[in-house]
Amino acid sequence: MTRPRVYKTEAIVLKGMDLGEADKILTLYTPYLGKLSAVARGVRRPKSKLGGHLDLLTHSQLLLAQGKSLDVITQAQTLDSFLPLRQNLWLTGCALYAAELIDRFTAERVENPALYRLLLNALNWLIQTLDANLTLRYFELHLLELLGYRPQLQQCPLCQTQLKPTTNFFSPAHGGVLCPSCGTLEAEARPISLNTLKVMRYLQGNDYGIASKLRLDGGLAKELETTMGGYIRFHLEHEVKSVAFLNDLRRQEAKAHPFGPLSPGLRQ
Amino acid sequence: MNLNFPPLAEPVARLMEEFHKLPGIGPKSAARLTYFLLRMPESQAKALAEAILAVKEKIILCSICQNLTDADPCSLCHGETRDPSIICVVEEPLDILALERTRGYKGHYHVLHGVISPMDGIGPDDLKIKELLARLQGGTVQEVILATNPNLEGEATAMYLQRLIAPLGIRVTRLARGLPVGGDLEYTDEVTLTRALEGRQEL
Repeated sequence: MTRPRVYKTEAIVLKGMDLGEADKILTLYTPYLGKLSAVARGVRRPKSKLGGHLDLLTHSQLLLAQGKSLDVITQAQTLDSFLPLRQNLWLTGCALYAAELIDRFTAERVENPALYRLLLNALNWLIQTLDANLTLRYFELHLLELLGYRPQLQQCPLCQTQLKPTTNFFSPAHGGVLCPSCGTLEAEARPISLNTLKVMRYLQGNDYGIASKLRLDGGLAKELETTMGGYIRFHLEHEVKSVAFLNDLRRQEAKAHPFGPLSPGLRQ
Repeated sequence: MNLNFPPLAEPVARLMEEFHKLPGIGPKSAARLTYFLLRMPESQAKALAEAILAVKEKIILCSICQNLTDADPCSLCHGETRDPSIICVVEEPLDILALERTRGYKGHYHVLHGVISPMDGIGPDDLKIKELLARLQGGTVQEVILATNPNLEGEATAMYLQRLIAPLGIRVTRLARGLPVGGDLEYTDEVTLTRALEGRQEL
């Protein structure tokens, strides 16, 4: 399909890279054009008409013109700047993590409107959440599902038997939870507690409104994060870079406020 | 890029390739600059070459403020006329030039050499934050002005520093964010306008 010379789309700004004197190359995520890179001219100047509408993690309505190699953003209007998110360091970190996952898991110009919707929802959920860790886990599970990596949590992918309520084994390579007899034979499979498995099923099977009512204790949240992290790393074949920053903030928080967190879900 | 096709003398091709490595210089600009230099008087060409060598050999980071300098401590940290009780924290050395052009600031500076950018794997440990905290130990500093850029990463860096510095009992301020002089309300984004309203002042 030939694209029109000028087109409109809404987009969320995932990433930016300086270009030349005052320009930027932005990585945008859009509902019907997928991920795309576009040039925003002059956005680093204080008087730029576009600048404030194209900061990272801004949801904007854009007008783009087809360029020779990259398309050029000609107009921008903010739809939502997620201000509460920007004013909280921990939530900013969480949102950047979500944006990095989208950036790394998607290819340019592959549309996935449901995934776009999920990212937009996740940014709104993070503003209201009481536990950002839980919100991120929900985001991860549904992101994987929309990309075709939904982990199999009901029956063992090797022997097809229904999983029993006991300690099973999570295997990224087999895309799900193995029963104890298959799991012990797979070197890369890690034990997964029954509670973690239950939480994963609950997050996978419910809408966010219901799933977000869960309350996880520290140990469970940690195991869930490690399990999901391993699965994501396996498919990306890469570290997710913003994880280091989130861990850094958690360490700092634990030192500064040993009796409780100031931000939702900062401590585990 | 292969610029070294037969009719080009080796030194000319080499210079072109060197120019081509610079940002914003394509093959055509590289060739134009090379031929301009060829026609330049030898003394001027030497002066250019020496200037390039001098910045590479003599410029170091000031051990106090981390700014680029040829003398340690740099003239801004050394100057008697400047107020050592205020430190203005900036992302890059060029930001100091911008602030100095205002002629309104007489305190000291600290250059972070970057900004927290989790997606690029740039964390607090990659910036000159340890050096800043060391400067705050002596008790002379009463105020730290956070002058990182007013974008998501600059704000994140400012919030991060605020959390580290506030417990030391030092006043932490942030440059005001609002409407630029000569700007236009119609094109202003909501975040800027919100900040401008919050920071409005009595006339």
